[in-house]
Amino acid sequence: MKKDNQPIVENAASRRNFLKFSIASGALAMLSQIGELPAQENGDGSGEKVRLLNSEGKLVEVDKSAIKPLTENELNTIVSENRKRARKGIEGRKWVMVIDLARCKHALNCQEACNKHHHIPGDRQWLNVYKMQNAENTAPYWMPKTCFHCDNPPCVSVCPVDATFKRDDGIVLIDNERCIGCRFCMAGCPYSTRVFNWGEPENQDAVKDQPYDPEKSLPRKKGTVEKCDFCPDMLRMGHLPHCITACPNGVFFFGDRNEDTVTNGSETYKFSKLMEDKAGYRYLEDLGTEPNVYYLPPVDRLVPFDKSDNLPPVGGHDHNHKH
Amino acid sequence: MSESQIIQKLTDDLKPRKFGTMGKLWVGVLIILSLTGLYSYLIQLRDGLEITALNNYVSWGIYISNFVFFVAVSLVGSLISAILRLSNAKWSIPLSRIAEIIAVSNIIMAGLIIIVDMGRPERFYYLFTYGRIQSPIVWDVIVVTTYLIISLILLFLPMLPDMAILQKRKGEFPEWQRKLYKFFSFGWIGNKQQYAIMSRTIFQLSILIIPVALAIHTVTSWLFATTLRGGWNSTNFGPYFVAGAFMVGAAAVIAVMYAARRQYQLQEYITDDIFDKMGKLLVMLSLVYLYFNINEYLTPAFKQMVGEHALLKDLFVGQFAPMFWGTQIFGMLIPIILMSFPWGRKPRLLFIISIVIIVGAWFKRYLIVIPTLFHPYLPVIEQNGVPTSIVYHPTFHEWSITMGSLAAALLIMTILFRYLPFISIWEMAEYKGVSEDHIQKASGPHPV
Repeated sequence: MKKDNQPIVENAASRRNFLKFSIASGALAMLSQIGELPAQENGDGSGEKVRLLNSEGKLVEVDKSAIKPLTENELNTIVSENRKRARKGIEGRKWVMVIDLARCKHALNCQEACNKHHHIPGDRQWLNVYKMQNAENTAPYWMPKTCFHCDNPPCVSVCPVDATFKRDDGIVLIDNERCIGCRFCMAGCPYSTRVFNWGEPENQDAVKDQPYDPEKSLPRKKGTVEKCDFCPDMLRMGHLPHCITACPNGVFFFGDRNEDTVTNGSETYKFSKLMEDKAGYRYLEDLGTEPNVYYLPPVDRLVPFDKSDNLPPVGGHDHNHKH
Repeated sequence: MSESQIIQKLTDDLKPRKFGTMGKLWVGVLIILSLTGLYSYLIQLRDGLEITALNNYVSWGIYISNFVFFVAVSLVGSLISAILRLSNAKWSIPLSRIAEIIAVSNIIMAGLIIIVDMGRPERFYYLFTYGRIQSPIVWDVIVVTTYLIISLILLFLPMLPDMAILQKRKGEFPEWQRKLYKFFSFGWIGNKQQYAIMSRTIFQLSILIIPVALAIHTVTSWLFATTLRGGWNSTNFGPYFVAGAFMVGAAAVIAVMYAARRQYQLQEYITDDIFDKMGKLLVMLSLVYLYFNINEYLTPAFKQMVGEHALLKDLFVGQFAPMFWGTQIFGMLIPIILMSFPWGRKPRLLFIISIVIIVGAWFKRYLIVIPTLFHPYLPVIEQNGVPTSIVYHPTFHEWSITMGSLAAALLIMTILFRYLPFISIWEMAEYKGVSEDHIQKASGPHPV
């Protein structure tokens, strides 16, 4: 860790340092709440305002005197607390996602939002929208795919050091401070979900000095594996994951199995009823991985799948069918 | 020749000797290759695995297939020095230490090369501090370590009397070398009791190492077979790997014993008859491997299930076809045919065949590891409307590290050949009918 912490001001170089600082009175827990602090509460200071990025990626204004650098020890404590918390999961929850293939128009807003909020460098996105066609004479459709957060996750079974783990709330997460980079999980995952930081991750200036938090999967670390994490940092704050809120067509639903409810932000359904009514299924069910992402079949699509939109056919793969 | 004369002659013939020009040149080449590999690895340490051609589809490449190759070759230690020893095949006595040296040097390199593949090598010790027993990698760490330890003991324990014999030969070696022999004789005085303990221990370890040896390569195969991927998702993988390992290991012994025989003119010890017998053994092992290959490819090819179909097409007629048929035909079928004839088992031809088998075996591991990763269940992601195709062409650094590791294995072997009696002096004496008393006396504290 760098020691020369400078108080931050709103300029290009400063953003990267934003989370290394806490509010003067700041207990560690407050770190994630910078955004909620109204600026006037810090009025007893110099009056000079500093703008910070909060954990939601919003700019907020706080008094300069209210900011002091974290010591190395404080930083380490935050990281170790983050890592401990990340393993437990959010109590009483069992997250589930439903993706309605009938609605997907390949807008890719989901991917864009995911890339932005996770500062994903290059073409290593966590969320992909596949062009699928189950057989030659069947209709093609778009299939967005996140991590399936399986209940029987092959990636977790093969991890030699407990770097990737299954939490009580169903999320499969990675601790990049633990990962040794053997990539057995990548070989183990049948859905090509996991991506690797082959070199020093690019374009990470905005996040690279944050204290590491597995729930944010940031800052990303060279030589370790990463993937879609269901945005547990958002869930903890009571928000939906970024892909769900970004989708203009309401394709993604998210919810809690315990409550038997899923929502895409504007519509809310009873999960079990939705599955029954729309014949929900899971991708490659016969692999026995027990995914927590369900699909609704691409029936009565809102828009026809445009064969002429310059997208080449599915490249030579003879097995792009669902089960 | 009297019994003590026989021992005298054996010691003269089999004691470690200096290399000639060719030997020195060989060592020079190996050192250069190893250092080039080391240089590339230092760059990899600095820049990360980015310097390789690995990607999110082909996430395991030649580092892993090379690791499988090392583990495979190392299996021969157990074959020659344990299985043949226990089956009382006396003709293999001059080979047991050679096989053990091959085993030790290859298993050391297997352990090192797997670290090269890691994204975070500095966290290697996490395997011990945070190891989870359910992961096949942890099983591999356990059995490979066990195998290395037993192999080292099986190399050094039967060498005690030889060390004691050699350390008595003042003036024939530099003083440091003689002191080394003295140290590695661990106070051997060659009495009846010591011989009894040694023989018993060798016997017990020879039995113990067989399941451990089968385990190292079976577990290595499980690194693949425990996944859901087409081509790896096979119940045949354990025996298939073990059979292939015995085959390449036997070829390695033949290649090494040919080189050693030429270097030191050991025709009297590594006889044409031994080549003939090793050739027959290699034919048998190749046939077993052929059988497993047919099992591995014929049944899925017959069914053409989704998940296997595209992969098999790629292997049989697609981009991997030249390599696939090359390894099957030159690395297996032609050697089997040639070695079935007595003239095919003459030393020089057998040596060439063995080299071809070894090269074929290296590429066979490439074919086991890499093509499967070209065939994920999901289609390949499109970037900006263009489908990205899966590509893997190992980079210079990857090749340089891989070649360096192979050179380093040969270098370890060469150093051991240079400084150790790689044919057991006392066991050869026993084989030539020298009585126990004389052998004990020769390695005892008194001058001969």
